[in-house]
Amino acid sequence: MKILVTVKEVATVEDEFEIEGTEIADQYLGADLNEWDDYAIEEAVQLQEDGIADEVVTVTIGPEDCEQTVRQALAKGADRAVRVWDDALEDVDLLDVNAKTEILSAVIEAEDPDLVLSGVQAGDDSFGATGVSVAENLGFQWGAVVNHLEHDLENGLASVRRELEGGVEELTDIELPAVLTIQTGINEPRYASLRGIRQAQQKPLDVQTLADIGVDESAIETELELTDMYEPESESDATFWEGSPDETASELGELLRDKGVAQ
Amino acid sequence: MTDVLAVADHRRGELRDVSYESITAGRQLADETGGDLHIAVISGTVDDFADKLNRDGVDAIHTVSHGEEFNHDVYSQAITQLYDELAPQYVLTPNSVNGLDYAPAIANELDLPVVTDTIDLDNDGETLVATREMYGGKVETTTELEGDAVITIRGAEWPAAEGTGDATIEAFDADIDEDAIGSTVNGFEEVGGGDVDISEADLLVSVGRGIEEEENLDLIRDLADALGATLSSSRPIVDNGWLPKNRQVGQSGKVVTPDVYIAIGISGAVQHVAGMKGSDTIVAINTDPNAPIMDIADYAIVDDLFDVVPELIDEFDG
Repeated sequence: MKILVTVKEVATVEDEFEIEGTEIADQYLGADLNEWDDYAIEEAVQLQEDGIADEVVTVTIGPEDCEQTVRQALAKGADRAVRVWDDALEDVDLLDVNAKTEILSAVIEAEDPDLVLSGVQAGDDSFGATGVSVAENLGFQWGAVVNHLEHDLENGLASVRRELEGGVEELTDIELPAVLTIQTGINEPRYASLRGIRQAQQKPLDVQTLADIGVDESAIETELELTDMYEPESESDATFWEGSPDETASELGELLRDKGVAQ
Repeated sequence: MTDVLAVADHRRGELRDVSYESITAGRQLADETGGDLHIAVISGTVDDFADKLNRDGVDAIHTVSHGEEFNHDVYSQAITQLYDELAPQYVLTPNSVNGLDYAPAIANELDLPVVTDTIDLDNDGETLVATREMYGGKVETTTELEGDAVITIRGAEWPAAEGTGDATIEAFDADIDEDAIGSTVNGFEEVGGGDVDISEADLLVSVGRGIEEEENLDLIRDLADALGATLSSSRPIVDNGWLPKNRQVGQSGKVVTPDVYIAIGISGAVQHVAGMKGSDTIVAINTDPNAPIMDIADYAIVDDLFDVVPELIDEFDG
């Protein structure tokens, strides 16, 4: 079977930063593979190693700069990558769920995978909606927030556990083809080996424009407008103990003794 | 007029709190223009649920009796049909694990924009202003949109609706296509049992990402031993396999209310805070004075845990 994994390079922010308009100033931003996608990649690669998946393909929406992140997925074992980018995407402030759905759906239709793995959410904008939206759009089945996937997919069924709130898991069977959104903790993502990193440089990474995948530019127009960004006001009314570590530790020690929870 | 259709959340026979909170959020939105607030309650003991949901501010409750537990295909079909029938401007769903399993699908099906995980909503009759967080809570943003939308709301951001309402309660005869149901829920399992119940502890020493490496956990174990405390953690520690699931505090783990909760190297993501904000006294040890954990801490030490914790161990062992 063939597995497609959606991979996003997310922006990371330093502890101290400044906001310019509706964006965080460039100098405070870093870039990383989305944490949830790392688990999705690992799950796909494990299915490949178990002989269940024949091919693992990643798909990314992003500019050339994010190829280093895409190569991380290839270094961990994905076979090849598709990256969609277009001049029309350069100036978009907010690529909303519907726009991502149109783009990813077009690639998935062309690739025709049996299973699509997507991170539950992205660490930057945290919409948590694209995977399920894509599934509905394609007529695929889906499951959101999956933290366990049984390796018995040959029968056209994914047996999963969905991580509900409060330490409860839902045991669900989902027909293929399906999109599963993958929760952190489902596996232990590997570090890429040196050999993997070398091999990744040779693996195919196809770059496609909106026209290449047959998506009209009007599909990426959004009805959402990001109008403000600000640091939340600190609501802290904590007592900040100051001083050297032995001074602050003894303040805490005194509190614990006062409360009668430690002697 | 801004009519709102809010969808209730329930599991294993119990309505979840966010169902009552979405009444408050939905009422606020509908009030801006004198619209109606409709509640949909789907599957399970819907008549019993409808009685409980009949609180101040609800105009109409629509029950869809089909199956016992949540199934996203049943929800999607019922809600899109209710949307066609009622023509609300906003469909409001909880930003729960189940909410995220159908809200994006109905948005796609109805060709509506979707805004998830909102923490505040404002509406002047034309424009909706949705407040959300980005970058793990480091910033808040406002997103504006006009027209119909699907919106998910974060739990515990709105107060629960109270009182007794005088809503009409009607069974909605949804036409559920069984052939379109592609997933089957086979059951539930409680996880996180085992040797220790962290929700019973009076003093919790809780460790997060700031510990950096698995071998550093020994330092926190030593502290727990010195204090006679119980060891717990935030999600990443369990995700990494460094501690078992029964040690996890938070939305997907345990809710704890100890006398004292010491958060060590825990930034305080909203999912974590949901599990420990009821603690009597919260102490945070963190290098970042702006970490969200500081918002709910009663006492804080802004310093390196690797400097402070050994001193604290000495304080009790020495």
